[in-house]
This record gives sequence, C-alpha cells and structure tokens, in this order.
Amino acid sequence: MNPILKWLYQWAIPRVLFARIEAGLPWLSALAAVTLLLGLGLSFFYAPADYQQGEAFRIMYVHVPAAWLSMAVYVAMAGLALSVLVWRVEVAQYALISSAPIGAAFTLMALVTGAIWGQPMWGTWWVWDARLTSELILLFIYLGIYALYEAIEDKRQAAKAASLMTLVGLVNIPIIHYSVIWWNTLHQPPSLSKLDTPSIHIDMLIPLLVMLVAFKLLYVVWLFLRVRLALLLAYAHSAWLGEALARKGEEK
Amino acid sequence: MNEFLLMGGYGVYVWSSFLFCALVGGYQWLKPLVEYRRQRALLRRQWREEALR
Repeated sequence: MNPILKWLYQWAIPRVLFARIEAGLPWLSALAAVTLLLGLGLSFFYAPADYQQGEAFRIMYVHVPAAWLSMAVYVAMAGLALSVLVWRVEVAQYALISSAPIGAAFTLMALVTGAIWGQPMWGTWWVWDARLTSELILLFIYLGIYALYEAIEDKRQAAKAASLMTLVGLVNIPIIHYSVIWWNTLHQPPSLSKLDTPSIHIDMLIPLLVMLVAFKLLYVVWLFLRVRLALLLAYAHSAWLGEALARKGEEK
Repeated sequence: MNEFLLMGGYGVYVWSSFLFCALVGGYQWLKPLVEYRRQRALLRRQWREEALR
C-alpha cells in the first residue's frame, strides 16, 4: 500500500490515534500559543488604526477568524459524519462529537465580538440581519448535535443520529456564506475571499492571516485534547491503553 | 502607544472582545486537559488496586 495512504488510514486505529495525539499535543500546543502571541502582537502594535473605525476595527482580528472557524469546523464535522455513516470509522464519532462544543465556542465568539463591534459602529448590538441570524442558527445546530448525542444512551446509535443531524445542518453553511450576497444586509460583504483584489490594506491583512492560522491551530489542539479524553473513557479497559499510560508513567 | 491600550478610542470595546475570547478559549483549552488528568489518575488508582487484590 502507498505509505502516505497507510499513514492516513492508521489515524482510524484508536491505539495509533491515541499515541499520535500524545506525541503531537505538546508541540502543537506550543506552536498554537506562539502563533497566537505573534498574531496578537501584530494585531495590537503592527496594524494601524482604521481611518473611519479607529481602534474598534481591531475587534476584527478575533471576530473574523472565529467566524471562519465556526463554518470550517462544521464542514470538518460533515466529513466526520460521512466517515461514521458510510465508512463506519469508530473513532470519527469521537472527533465529531468533540468538534461540536469547539464549533459552538467559535460561533459564540463570532456572535459576541460582532455584537461588541456593532454597538459603536452600527449603533446597535444586534439586528435580525441574514448573516447574524444564520450564524445564530449555526450555534443552535451545534448545541443540538451535542445535546442529541448526549441524550441517547447507546453511543453507537447516538453517533449515527448526531451524524445525520450534522449532514442535514450542512445546508446552513452556504446560507451563512452567501447571505451577504443574496440579501440586502447590514453586515458588509466579503472583503477577503477575493484575495487577488482584497479590500483591505496589506498591513491590516498580515495580522489577520496570522490570527487565522492561530485559530486553526487552536481548533486542532482543542480537538486533540477532547478526543484524547474521549478515547481514555471509551477504552479504559483495553490492554493497549494500559500499556500506553504505563509507558507514559515510566517516561516521567 | 496605541490609544486603545489606555481604553481610549473604543478601547473598552476592543478589550471586552479579546477578553471574552480569552475566557471562552481558556475554558476550551483547560477543561478537557484537567478532566483527562483526573480520569487518568482515577484509572491508574483503579489498576493499582486491582493489581494488589
């Protein structure tokens, strides 16, 4: 078998997944922390104040990455839901259900920071605008998926139900993305997705791109932390877990 | 120094946003980490007790 494919397939083996998470987590955490600190430094001290919005525009450096991740996490969850339903990959359910609270956290960050920005710029915390409303619905979908999984006792059935709900909820993602194009909204249209002619100055764009990388790394770190915990609880009585923890204990 | 660092020029809005994200993000980072260590300690104690029996 192709060694890259073999390496990819091995992620579906709980023992290998646990070992890779244990090995990678300290490095990934350090990388995420350094990138985040760099992004914050650039956002605070490198980016100039906006000529119209003044300092308030800096909220964009947490609002935009959080909003992007709120949708990206959901797309990742849809891929995991397919893995659960079609290919019956057991560990995919742990990644799926671990992603739901993380996606909800990013959505909450986007909604709250958007409201805090809206008060001085729009003169209101909230409007029932297509972008804001569809993002709020996304938050409810994340919470619904998590609640559904927790409510069903048989976790095999719970994973199937949560996967189905994830795939149905996927319809909301293009609605969020295109809401500012399809409808007349107070929320501004996209300014970055057209990277050939971005409507943002390069000095403001660089910190935003660094923050976006930092938020993506944060997602991976938070996901690894939750999946590791889920594996520990699910395989508490497996011999491989005992051996892995014993090895870890000896290293210390 | 940037005006917002001293709470000027909408500084209170900027700080509130970053602080809120830090709180939510900190919770996402620490909750599974603390819970994992607690569960691992419980599991190890359980295995030690079983080995002694």
